[in-house]
Amino acid sequence: MISIQVKELTKNYGNVIALDNISFEVNKGELFGFIGPDGAGKTTLFRILVTLLIQDKGTALMEGHEVVKEYKKIRNMVGYMPGRFSLYQDLSVEENLKFFATTFGTSVEENYDLIKDIYQQIEPFKKRLAGKLSGGMKQKLALSCAMIHKPEILILDEPTTGVDAVSRKEFWEMLCKLKENNITILVSTPYMDEASLCDKVALIQNGKILSIDKPDLIMKSFSKPLLAIKANNMYNLLYDLNEYKNTNSVYPFGEYIHYTPLEKTYDIKDIESFLVAKGHINIIINKIEANIEDCFMDLMKKN
Amino acid sequence: MEQTPIITVKNLVKKFGSFVANDKLTFSVNKGEILGFLGANGAGKTTAMKILCGLSLPSSGEATIAGFDVYKETDKIKNNIGYMSQKFSLYEDLTIYENIRFYAGIYGLSRKEIREKTAILLNKLQLGKEKDTLIKSLPLGWKQKLAFSVAIFHNPKIVFLDEPTGGVDPITRRQFWNMIYEAANQGVTVFVTTHYMDEAEYCDRVSIMVDGRIAALDTPSNLKKQYNVKTMNEVFLKLARSN
Repeated sequence: MISIQVKELTKNYGNVIALDNISFEVNKGELFGFIGPDGAGKTTLFRILVTLLIQDKGTALMEGHEVVKEYKKIRNMVGYMPGRFSLYQDLSVEENLKFFATTFGTSVEENYDLIKDIYQQIEPFKKRLAGKLSGGMKQKLALSCAMIHKPEILILDEPTTGVDAVSRKEFWEMLCKLKENNITILVSTPYMDEASLCDKVALIQNGKILSIDKPDLIMKSFSKPLLAIKANNMYNLLYDLNEYKNTNSVYPFGEYIHYTPLEKTYDIKDIESFLVAKGHINIIINKIEANIEDCFMDLMKKN
Repeated sequence: MEQTPIITVKNLVKKFGSFVANDKLTFSVNKGEILGFLGANGAGKTTAMKILCGLSLPSSGEATIAGFDVYKETDKIKNNIGYMSQKFSLYEDLTIYENIRFYAGIYGLSRKEIREKTAILLNKLQLGKEKDTLIKSLPLGWKQKLAFSVAIFHNPKIVFLDEPTGGVDPITRRQFWNMIYEAANQGVTVFVTTHYMDEAEYCDRVSIMVDGRIAALDTPSNLKKQYNVKTMNEVFLKLARSN
C-alpha cells in the first residue's frame, strides 16, 4: 500500500530551484531516507509534505490526501520533527508532551504505549525544562512529542545532525523499533552512513533525486571497479594517485583512499609499482564494494 | 614533523558551580599537527575550546597557547589563532570581498597586504568573479571553504575548527580536508572537532573526551590497536558508551 505519493514536485525561491520536478513513492510502514547535504532540498520537500509550504508545481498525496486541499486532515495524521525548533524550551519535559497531546485533541495516557520505550528514558527528568536537556534527551522528547497523537506518517527532518555518533546510533535503534507499529517514517540526513539503516533511500542534491532504491541495490549498481589503497604518507598518496595515468577518482575514506580507474580494467601490479617508484612504503591495495558515499560522489560527478 | 609543542595544557579544570565541565585536562599539541578533538555532546569540548581560544578563564590548572598564558595573555592568544565553526563563520549580508577585508582589518593587516593576499586567495578558490557576491547566496560548501581561508588569512599559528564540515556534501568535505592538510603542511597547527568518524582518521592524533575528562589521546592507528577494532567509529562507540 502506498503511503506517500509525490509527482513532479517543483519549488523555487526566486531564482533558486529548491526542488526540481521530484517524483517518488513511499510504502506504508517503510523507513525511507532522504540523504543529501545542506541545501539539497530536503527541508523544502518535508515542509511541503507537512502542509507548511505550498509547491509551485506538482502534487503530493499523504495517505491519499492532497497536501494543499486537504491540509487540515494531513496535519492531524502527520507527526513532524523539524530540524531546529520543535520543543518549548521554557516548558518542562512533561509539559511539552502534554501540550502536544492536547493540541491534537488526545492525551498522553491514550497513546502512551506508542512512546513508552522512548519516553521512559527521559521520564526521570520530567520536571526539567526542555531547554536544560542534553542533545540526546531533547531528541527523545521531540520524537515523543511528534508521535503522541499516533500519526500515520512520521516526518523527521535531520534528527541526527550535529549529534554525536553514540546518540546517533541510539536514535536509529529507536526508529527501527518504531517500524513495528506500521508507521511510515520519512527521515532526512546528511550522514551517508545512515543510509544502510533505511528500507529505501533517495539520494538528493541540488533539488534533484540522483538515485532512489534499496540501499544495497544502490551500492550494487556502482558501475566502476573500486580499490581501497593505503600507504604510510596519505597526503602524498592522494597527490600521486591523482597523477596516475589510469585514474578517474581519488577520495580519502578514513584510513584508506578509494580509487576508481578511468578504464574498465586496472592492473594492481602497475598501480603498486607506480607508487613504489614514487617512494611509497607499506602499500596496501584491496578491491572493495562501494558504499553509499562512493555512490553519492559518483552520481554527483555525473550530474 | 617538528616536535615543538604549541599548545600545552596541564591539569586544566573548569567548573560551573558544582558541575565539573573540564576535569584535569593534560595534553600538548605540536606545531603543524592536526589534532581531532572528539567527544559526545556535552562532554566538555566547547568549554575547553573556549579556554584555549582565550574566551573563557579556567577554574584552575595551566595552559599556554602559542607561548601565551590563558589567564593573563588572552589578547595575544586571539592575535595568534584563527577560528571558524559550522554555526558562525562569515557575515551573510556582506560580500566575499567585504568579509575578507573585515577579518583582515580586525587582525591588523595593511591595505596593501589585504589587497595582495585577497587576489591570491580568490584566485585559488576560483571565486574571482564572485567577489562582490553576498555570502548568503553562496552554497554551503563554498562558504565553508572560504571561511577556513579567512580564518587562516592572518597566518595564525593555530586554527580552531568547530565542526567545520557539518552538512557539507561529501566531495566538498574532502576538498575541505585537503585545505586542512595544506595548512598543516605549512606549519599551521589544526585543532578540529567533528562528528564524522572517517574524518577522525585524517588527524595525526585524536583526543576523545568523556564526561569532562580526556579518556583517550593517541594516533588513530594506536587507538584502533588498543581497543582492538577496525575503525575510529568503533573506538568512539566503545569509549563513549562504557559509562
